[in-house]
Amino acid sequence: MTRNYIPKVVTANRLREGDVVYQTADDRWSLLHAEAELIEDEAHAQMRLLHAAAQKLLVVGAYLADAKPGPNGPEPIHFREAFRTRGPSNYNHGKQADAKNV
Amino acid sequence: MYDYSDFDESFVRTRVAQFSDQVSRRLDGSLTEDEFRPLRLMNGLYLQLHAYMLRVAIPYGTINPRQMRQLAYIADTWDKGYGHFTTRQNIQFNWPKLPDVPAILSALADVEMHAIQTSGNCVRNVTADHFAGAAADEIEDPRPYAELLRQWSTDHPEFQFLPRKFKIAITGSPHDRAVTAAHDIGLRMTTRDGAPGFEVFVGGGLGRTPMIGHLVRDFLPVADLLPYVEAVLSVYNTLGRRDNKYKARIKITVFETGKEAITQMIEDRFAEVKPLFHGADQTLLTNIRAAFAQPDLVTKPTEAFDAFYKADPAFRAWADTNLSAHRQADHAIVTVSIKAHGETPGDATSHQMRVIADLAETFGYSELRISHEQNVILPHVHKSDLPAVHAALSLAGLGTANVGLLSDIIACPGMDYCALATARSIPVAQEIATHFEALKLEHEIGPLKIKISGCINACGHHHVGHIGILGLDRAGVENYQITLGGDGTERAAIGEKTGPGFAYDDIVPAIERILRAYLALRTHQEETFLDAFRRVGMAPFKAALYDGESAQDAA
Repeated sequence: MTRNYIPKVVTANRLREGDVVYQTADDRWSLLHAEAELIEDEAHAQMRLLHAAAQKLLVVGAYLADAKPGPNGPEPIHFREAFRTRGPSNYNHGKQADAKNV
Repeated sequence: MYDYSDFDESFVRTRVAQFSDQVSRRLDGSLTEDEFRPLRLMNGLYLQLHAYMLRVAIPYGTINPRQMRQLAYIADTWDKGYGHFTTRQNIQFNWPKLPDVPAILSALADVEMHAIQTSGNCVRNVTADHFAGAAADEIEDPRPYAELLRQWSTDHPEFQFLPRKFKIAITGSPHDRAVTAAHDIGLRMTTRDGAPGFEVFVGGGLGRTPMIGHLVRDFLPVADLLPYVEAVLSVYNTLGRRDNKYKARIKITVFETGKEAITQMIEDRFAEVKPLFHGADQTLLTNIRAAFAQPDLVTKPTEAFDAFYKADPAFRAWADTNLSAHRQADHAIVTVSIKAHGETPGDATSHQMRVIADLAETFGYSELRISHEQNVILPHVHKSDLPAVHAALSLAGLGTANVGLLSDIIACPGMDYCALATARSIPVAQEIATHFEALKLEHEIGPLKIKISGCINACGHHHVGHIGILGLDRAGVENYQITLGGDGTERAAIGEKTGPGFAYDDIVPAIERILRAYLALRTHQEETFLDAFRRVGMAPFKAALYDGESAQDAA
């Protein structure tokens, strides 16, 4: 266990649609940040990132993003990641519009 | 306008076929993302924050109604019913899905359009004065030269892997509406002994190291355009820094080499290159010129305009702000504002695109331009038709009378879309526009250019805004830096930083403090914000911005 390690989630964009997705503990790609696996160990994070990056037919540009635990699951820390959970602020487009159909 | 030759047609169709195959191979796993990325970028396809984005070239901002309708069709069929006109006179679709992109490119090719060289380290879309071919102050229509440059630079084997991207802007008028001084090469038409030629500026650019272009040739005969531009590119291709992305633009090459030395190198290379041009370029230019022949402008009475102007205040307000002088006095240049208060700067719905296309056909000799200020231009409209044009535009939400005013804001997509952005720009633009609309101060303030970028790359041209706003990420929070006194015209200047930046919720009040200070200190109503800034300098605005703030903190 790394001391002072900021927990992470693995996030990427879907290859075909471009949607922002998060890797879950049971190896799905979810549109919902709260369903992401919250990774609190640095070595495990690297393993999970490698696992994600290997899924070349599903996702593009996988990376680790800082996150924190919340009542309903992991929550983003940085505002950029918060925007990625929703979509743009000028229209009701992207996941904020699509997520209700998930 | 220029119609594709068989060569152009075949080139674009071949590229669509190639890229379609590349997309298939990416989707079936034959290509990795690392292999695919440069291929998709060569075809204008980016992966942004929430989705893919396709950037479609509108060469020198010239587009016809049929093409505009096809953009509307693409928006409805494969995107979310709108498109975003950019500061590079391009259009971006924000929501294409990768498997659909070949079909979109094919639909573009059907109307002689493409997304080639809208990304990558090559010569990008050549931009031009958006009043080209119509402006009263124009020496010559710059678009034939822009088209010559487009044909020359497209797939040019020597310049496909430049140290960095390369942008050329051209104007045919002494009043520079094309921000030529902020481009890698800026071409301003001038005359000597009655013959047309260009002043050539090299090494301008915004981004993290903003620079105004250096004059390297005060008169370039028009016949020498291609060999001279080729010489500039050639010198840059040799000297440009490939070791450091942030020092790779020609502005840094000019800065590090020195203006005199690089000017000499360009002239030496020009002397080598010039004899290799045997006149084929001039034959081509002659043919291209014919394609840009001026429309036969009608002559009819203009009383209808005068009557409406007197009787209808809404029309009068629009005519005062959105019309510009046409070279034929009974016509006008119409700037269609894509900046309705509270809407996203540069976003047009498919319906609006079709309305504009219809108006261009009915009243505008089927001509349209896209401006780098993210508006659409009807370059030739007879004055008697303006009331009908205004009425149709108003019905479609396109009748806003704000061109050149505070709410005619340039804003990059910012962190609402762009993967590079460090903060949002669009909501800042929306809030500034609605805030001052509510205060009814916009017309009182008068001519003002506010330009907003969501990162240091400066797609929103904030450095040359009279008021520039730059969105940054300061310790995980959006923070907005203000610059004042920038100018993108022939009097080009880089704006000066006011001081510490402002939080998202404080940026609109900060802009209001600046503008209230301006209203209080201007000598008379005709003294614009920029003129006032040049007269009084930064101090009164700094005081307005920061003195009140510390008093508030102390309270």
